[in-house]
Amino acid sequence: MEIARHWRLKKQRYALVGEVCPHCQAKIFPPRDVCPECGGEAKTEFQFSGKGEVYSFTVMHDAPAGFEDNIPYTVALVKLDEGPMVTAQLTDLGEQAIQIGMPVEMVTRKIRSDGDEKGMLVYGYKFRPAV
Amino acid sequence: MSEVVIAGIGSVPVGEHWELSLRTLAARAIHAALRDADGLKPRALFIGNYLASVVSHQANLGALLVDNSGLGGIEAFTVEAAGASGAAAFHQAVLALQSGWIDVALVLGVEKYNDMDGPGLAAAVALSTDYDYEAVNGLTPVGQAALLMQRYLHEYKVPRAALGEFSLLAHANAVNNPNAIFREAISRESYEQAELVSDPLNLLDMAPYLDGAAAVVLARREALPPDFARPLVRVSGSSLVVDSLALHDRANPLFFQAAAFSMERACGQAGILPTDANFFELCDAYSIYAALSLEAAGFARPGEAWKLAQAGCFGLKGQLPICTLGGLKARGNPLGAAGVYQLVEAAQQLRGEAGLNQLNDARRGLVQSLGGPASTAVTVVLERVSPTAGPATN
Repeated sequence: MEIARHWRLKKQRYALVGEVCPHCQAKIFPPRDVCPECGGEAKTEFQFSGKGEVYSFTVMHDAPAGFEDNIPYTVALVKLDEGPMVTAQLTDLGEQAIQIGMPVEMVTRKIRSDGDEKGMLVYGYKFRPAV
Repeated sequence: MSEVVIAGIGSVPVGEHWELSLRTLAARAIHAALRDADGLKPRALFIGNYLASVVSHQANLGALLVDNSGLGGIEAFTVEAAGASGAAAFHQAVLALQSGWIDVALVLGVEKYNDMDGPGLAAAVALSTDYDYEAVNGLTPVGQAALLMQRYLHEYKVPRAALGEFSLLAHANAVNNPNAIFREAISRESYEQAELVSDPLNLLDMAPYLDGAAAVVLARREALPPDFARPLVRVSGSSLVVDSLALHDRANPLFFQAAAFSMERACGQAGILPTDANFFELCDAYSIYAALSLEAAGFARPGEAWKLAQAGCFGLKGQLPICTLGGLKARGNPLGAAGVYQLVEAAQQLRGEAGLNQLNDARRGLVQSLGGPASTAVTVVLERVSPTAGPATN
């Protein structure tokens, strides 16, 4: 059980809340303590649009604990419109073939269960083909 | 600054050692290296290990392994940097010797991977990814490599099977290595038909995670006994550099920046260019890593390392032999111990003890170990020490 950890990350997981650097205006996700662009302190919250495109992707056939029931699932690097890149699963693909450069948008989905059948369900961002 | 030399090497075959514990694997490698070092007494043990605290439920390996190996209470601790743990431990030992604090150090890389199985083990290996933002989305180290491979194939318009060159080469080189898990060559057809693990990465694009232990004895050269008769290998450069932990935090994920910088710094310490080396023991944990490492070091232009591999540049008779005893791919990948195996194999080449895979006139070698997708990179320059005319023995 990692309740505190999941609770602490809820803004990022549910709403893609990152930061905007008050010094150089860089958009930052995931949030950091120091702006990677200018080295200043970064603390101002910024909500990302959730729009982006696929930079790369892979279909996972071998899963770590918590993901055994999801095989095969697709993990992608998504380049957000505001600049940063994020690691996320792709979902709602249907028969659509994934391609690098494909426009995608954020949705909230169940990510995995934490522990056994009594464990908490972890929800968070995934990305689907832009509609 | 003191000249640091490798005065002894030892390792156990990489494999699935169901019958051997972490401590026994460690003791075997330690005693093999100490025997090889002709009685030198280490003052400290630097341990490289990645997974013991999860997979073997064991922390504080310094106390455990010094006690179990009968090392007489010398100082000891673990250095952890995922797959680069062993090389990072080596780097720490080099610093301790260069500082003059100790004269003789023992470096051990040990990994007891097969103390667990199933999804729990896969999750343990994924500890090297960013837990909050990568692992939580189901990404693993294999997945990271696959993301890089997919992008590489796309960005440089590389044929799907091109990276298989590195797997073919590693398997061919492992045939004569008694420490290797896969001592047989593979064909291009078998590579192309291998099962997908993380599309587009297949089973033969990845080195198998296994158990292993390897050790080296390091010493300040001037502190060696005058009659020390074992072959020596000089450590001319050693550099550890880190990059972001998560792939998504990099401006250009296809550039292994830490690998490039640590190569530049290690070669700078040695006063050489990478091209002055006779061979390169690189990290081929995944075939794409071999390509990206060669490109980061400047041996190939971005997107072109596979072409040089196809042309035979990296074979035992090529311009720059790599993975001369099978690399991680075919010798096996004992994770936190991998870097020490690479160092042992480079020392074997420089001592002229590489058997049928011995390179002609191997004078200088590069060793590079990676933790994660070059989140940590350790590069070491090793050079043969020519035997000097010692006192005549009767």
